[in-house]
Amino acid sequence: MKEIYLDHAATTPMHPLVISKMVESMESVYGNPSSIHRIGRFARKHLDDARHILAKSIGAKDQEIIVTGGGSEADNLAITGTAYAKQNEGRHIITTVVEHHAVLHTCQQLEKEGYEVTYLPVDETGRVSLEDVKKALRDDTILVTIMFGNNEVGTIQPIKEIGELLKEHSATFHTDAVQAFGILPIDVNDLHVDLLSVSSHKLNGPKGIGFLYQRDQTKLKPLIYGGEQERKRRAGTENVPAVVGFAEAVAIAQRNFEEKQQAYKEFHQHFLKKLDQAEIDYHINGNEQYCLPHVMNISFKNMDVESFLVNLDMAGIAASSGSACTAGSIDPSHVLVAMYGSEADELRNSIRYSFGYGLDLEDIDTAAERTIEIVKRLAK
Amino acid sequence: MIYLDHSATTKPNKSVLETFVQANERYYANPASLHQMGVETNTLLSRAREQIAAIIKTEPEQIIFTSGGTESNNFAIKGLARANKHRGTKILISAIEHASVEESAKALEKEGYTVEKVQVNEYGVISIEDLKKKLTKDTVIVSIMHVNNEIGALQPISEIARIVHENSRAFFHMDAVQSFGKIPVHFAGEEGPDALTVSGHKINGLKGTGFLALRKQVNIETIIHGGGQEMGLRSGTVAVPQAVALAKAVRMAHETQPAHEEQFSQWRDDLHAFLQQFPYVRTLSSNKGAPHIVSCAVQGLRGEILVNAMQHEGFIISTSSACSSKDHSISHVVKAIEIDPSYEKGVIRISLGEGITEKDIQAFKTAFKKVMMQVKEF
Repeated sequence: MKEIYLDHAATTPMHPLVISKMVESMESVYGNPSSIHRIGRFARKHLDDARHILAKSIGAKDQEIIVTGGGSEADNLAITGTAYAKQNEGRHIITTVVEHHAVLHTCQQLEKEGYEVTYLPVDETGRVSLEDVKKALRDDTILVTIMFGNNEVGTIQPIKEIGELLKEHSATFHTDAVQAFGILPIDVNDLHVDLLSVSSHKLNGPKGIGFLYQRDQTKLKPLIYGGEQERKRRAGTENVPAVVGFAEAVAIAQRNFEEKQQAYKEFHQHFLKKLDQAEIDYHINGNEQYCLPHVMNISFKNMDVESFLVNLDMAGIAASSGSACTAGSIDPSHVLVAMYGSEADELRNSIRYSFGYGLDLEDIDTAAERTIEIVKRLAK
Repeated sequence: MIYLDHSATTKPNKSVLETFVQANERYYANPASLHQMGVETNTLLSRAREQIAAIIKTEPEQIIFTSGGTESNNFAIKGLARANKHRGTKILISAIEHASVEESAKALEKEGYTVEKVQVNEYGVISIEDLKKKLTKDTVIVSIMHVNNEIGALQPISEIARIVHENSRAFFHMDAVQSFGKIPVHFAGEEGPDALTVSGHKINGLKGTGFLALRKQVNIETIIHGGGQEMGLRSGTVAVPQAVALAKAVRMAHETQPAHEEQFSQWRDDLHAFLQQFPYVRTLSSNKGAPHIVSCAVQGLRGEILVNAMQHEGFIISTSSACSSKDHSISHVVKAIEIDPSYEKGVIRISLGEGITEKDIQAFKTAFKKVMMQVKEF
């Protein structure tokens, strides 16, 4: 039986071109970029070139990119780094209830340290309202951190509008773009964001690498101290081969935005059409208009997520109940709770399918057929 | 080109690379995912953790994968200090720690901690007397590196561990980035550290890999919050292919350690004897130090000049350390061992590793002599 991986929002396989770039880099560019000798300078050159690709992909300058050990580290750096750097200007932070745990748990840690955090609600589609952001803003607000696109239901937040709003305010604006980057074109100047987190392994790059975009002049304290790498903003010997692989993945992602979006939209429609034809009782969790095309979160009436996932797994379909990060257990998703309340059926009957590299319509067909077969068998 | 800068970084071993590529092809799922692919990936991760734990003689759940040595050191210093503030607020480090330890400690000063430094002698070995004097009831962490990256100084770890454990409630953290794979690294009982840092790229593993090992019942706070991976101590999707590659590198380094130690020690002694022939060269490393690091200073010259001249002869060496290479001031390690100021700027380091042969060492000597003739003896 063919295994079909529909969990690309959790992580993605590396693109073959990325693997070969990385291997090539590990074999020939093994120097430490801080070394002054030829082998070190050669590594520095590769690092600089890769950084340039990363920067260009979001309309940033090279020096505005801080390479990190991944998306979670980038989020931690953005939030604690801003909080510590601006603690004399205020201690109020605004975020939403549907953020990734890397944001939520960092905010909770800061609450223990005396910061005040406002967690904005979302509507039934998972969207935050601009009006709520406006109302929550205070003179002592130092940071607004709101994700670009949600990892569980795919809902896209009004980042550009919030960016416009914050132009007149001294608060730093951070967005976690881990799920959106590589799927949608992003321009930091168009969005007016000051900080933006990205992870490589969500777009067919290597794991263990990501970056934080830091707009020039934006105050930030480091999270990891030591050598003077990354312009003293992130210590540690630069992971050159991973950055090179990451840049390759970014370059590939940049080349086919439209094609990809088109394909994923087609996957969506195709899958749902199959469900309709089979008269499956379901509805979509998320926002129809503002949605990441690769995330499809479906609530199936009269199903139970645990047995559903086990059966999907046995049928060779790798999907998920939401975020992979809450390891081991199926706790009710905080995102679905925020959208529907803590008693809703959706908490117990929703499955996230997420699309990515290597899938074709035939796979989607098969996945839909196997899903239908399971629903027909299990629905109470 | 003969690479003699293994303390800065190393070339990944071929089989480490192969392991990495294979793991990426088959086990790319998120180990936190509940589906079969996630479970398989998680099994692989557990196996990597078990292998490393077996080698350093601890339990698998005591190994936390990180993005490298610097993160491990930051995690150990800040995490232990913050979780154990009730024990005290004094942090004791040696005067020659790596920047990642020194800067982490310094960052904690803003949170109400005080940092004191244990003095070292001319070989970079800490003064036990000074350690005893500065180790007080309110000391929360003692962090002392096993082998110094710039001059190869080797610390009396068992003795330090015993003193710290007998006389205080402090935790002893040891940065073993330069020692692992070169000399035996003990992690057992009262004779060993409570926390241990290892980096992958110094042992022919991959960059961006490393771990922090903790003794049981050690309270530590995370520095990266989020999904709660790594027993809740280090959030972020675990890079399983990297963890597997790290386990491979650790295993290989462990296996080759005795042979490397013997061979590198011979070459080190040979190079020391050779360098000491020049009246204007002072060796900073000693035959009692780490087997793979030879450091010397040439009077009245700049290290950069020597590095370039040796490169011209086909040898890659470095000034003191890669991390401070761009900083043109004199390294804090060189300052701490108090050498004659006329030597301070002329420090170079030759660091040995996988793939070097006897022929390379002899050729290095010939080239060094030639360079000395050009720059010193006209």
